[in-house]
Amino acid sequence: MREITYAEAIREAMSEEMRRDPSVFFMGEDIGVYGGAFGVSVGMIDEFGPERVRDTPISEAAIIGAAAGAAVTGSRPIAEIQFSDFVAIGLDQLGNQAAKMRYMFGGRAQVPMVVRAPAGSGTGAAAQHSQSQEAIYCHIPGLKVVTPSTPYDAKGLLKSAIRDNNPVVFLEQKLLYRVKGPVPEEEYTVPLGRADVKRTGRDLTIVTWGRMAGMCLETAVRLAEEGIDVEVVDLRSLVPLDKETVVESVKKTGHLLIVHEAVQSAGYGGEIAALVADSEAFFYLDAPIRRVAGLDVPIPYNPTLERNAVPTPERIERAVRDLLG
Amino acid sequence: MPRISAAERGAAVEERAIEVPRELQREMYLKMLQIRAFEEKVAYFFSRGMVHGTTHLYMGEEATAVGAVASLGDDDFITSTHRGHGHTIAKGIELPRMMAELLGKQSGYCKGKGGSMHIADLARGNLGANGVVGGGIPIATGAGITIKLRGDDRVVACFFGDGAINEGTFHESVNLASVWKLPVIYICENNQYGMSMSVRRATNIDDLSLRAKAYGIPGTRVDGNDVLAVYRAVREARDYVRKNGPVLIVAETYRFSGHSKSDANRYRTKEEIAEWRERDPIARMRKRMLEGGSATEEELVELENGARRSIEEAVKYAEESPESSIDELETDVYAD
Repeated sequence: MREITYAEAIREAMSEEMRRDPSVFFMGEDIGVYGGAFGVSVGMIDEFGPERVRDTPISEAAIIGAAAGAAVTGSRPIAEIQFSDFVAIGLDQLGNQAAKMRYMFGGRAQVPMVVRAPAGSGTGAAAQHSQSQEAIYCHIPGLKVVTPSTPYDAKGLLKSAIRDNNPVVFLEQKLLYRVKGPVPEEEYTVPLGRADVKRTGRDLTIVTWGRMAGMCLETAVRLAEEGIDVEVVDLRSLVPLDKETVVESVKKTGHLLIVHEAVQSAGYGGEIAALVADSEAFFYLDAPIRRVAGLDVPIPYNPTLERNAVPTPERIERAVRDLLG
Repeated sequence: MPRISAAERGAAVEERAIEVPRELQREMYLKMLQIRAFEEKVAYFFSRGMVHGTTHLYMGEEATAVGAVASLGDDDFITSTHRGHGHTIAKGIELPRMMAELLGKQSGYCKGKGGSMHIADLARGNLGANGVVGGGIPIATGAGITIKLRGDDRVVACFFGDGAINEGTFHESVNLASVWKLPVIYICENNQYGMSMSVRRATNIDDLSLRAKAYGIPGTRVDGNDVLAVYRAVREARDYVRKNGPVLIVAETYRFSGHSKSDANRYRTKEEIAEWRERDPIARMRKRMLEGGSATEEELVELENGARRSIEEAVKYAEESPESSIDELETDVYAD
């Protein structure tokens, strides 16, 4: 199978959906000739023109709110927010408007929009350009929240998100943009709300998502050499959540480690822990549920500090050994 | 009422007499009466504890919503505000189901999930009232994008108050609409107060329509208590925005009631309220129609009785409707 990058996969998903459905359009800062801050949309303006690939002023509230207004009147906007940290500027429009319209209006409104935004640390951009804030969106009923870890998932999930009739927050991993992976030439989608068991194993379940999925897989491969058999469940979409896959995996392995880049306190990992504690899988647990997550600090600038503010392979490995101890 | 000089008017809305047919005048008078009667009933329900939550009454501002919406086509869009009963009724909502929504009934427009601040009537292009000041301005702007992409000739009327004009969403949205030439009529209802904050203390300009200059779009000011003046201004704006992009219209008006039910009116004087009541848009229109020969006394009385009857029927329907179903609590969060 051919290999393309995560960024190319996202571009393909957008372009294919824009060819397929004339109501899909794309707007955001510097997405036109510049090609997006991370080069995701290079060339799209040449194919679709400035009406459907709309360069916006730096106005996050207007971008997200106009997406909601376009969506509720029958368009299918994709809004790019240059860094996911800046969604905060438009959070009223996302959380108080787009997310709630359908419910407030008794089910009569439909808001099919995608907010794409790069998340995560590792670029040296420090505290205001490096966060993983998925828990905020997961806490707002009415939003769907997706975060792919591979080019294959990125393309298939984004196509599903664009076709979905709800506001979807699509969190991209900026350190993965240049990572290549197999993506078929032919049409496919990945449904929202279905986790992917990226590696099967007998001894311990790691539930993870986003960039951490790759780190967990590498750790699992290393531990396999010692005969420690780790299962890696990549949630892919946080809302809706594939509870069944998580519960079934923990029932099988009897051990649960949750790994996410976002800060630990009030993180979505707590929700996963509670889900398992409150399920039949609880009776299969041979050890407490453990989390390896971001420290409760803003992301620092210094590379060593930055690397250690979020989970490292060493911390993940130590936690696995502790749990199986 | 501040005087509006011809020079202050933007290019979009020039002093030109647009003929308003008698039938339309009567229709507008009836709509204003319905809004007033609807809200008098709502105020009564609140005072009796029959409706919970809060409500923001539009009484005194009826000419702005009615004049503006009367100039729109049926399939034009509007966005409304927390003080949205007037826009909603003007856009033609069915009164019984609107009253049912305020009473939290299953037959309400939003199955009782929205209430006073969140009524929408999407079938008629009403994209909804809004609980957040300035919250609807980006949404109206986005509706303008849909129109532009489809290439049809609809427009969007975006209502908001003088309070919202200092929100970031106003700036971001009007700027965006100006560079993309979106067909949006931004209508600022300057009722002189954002809750207790006088517009004089909240901005450093007397004429809010001057803000339009910053976006390179026409800005104009209109007597918001004169339904015909509002009608004419928005009518001209409607033609303009289709070809040229957005305009800002500031309608000078006043809310007779407090901000919400908790308001003790400490920030304004009885004299000021009385002075504006002298300019009651409904009484003014009545007088004008009589004097201009658009309607006879008998015809006006008939309209007044009709408005009251329509509200009584709405109340009856709402009261007889069942409460919102508990089975609906978790529905409508997501679309399929």
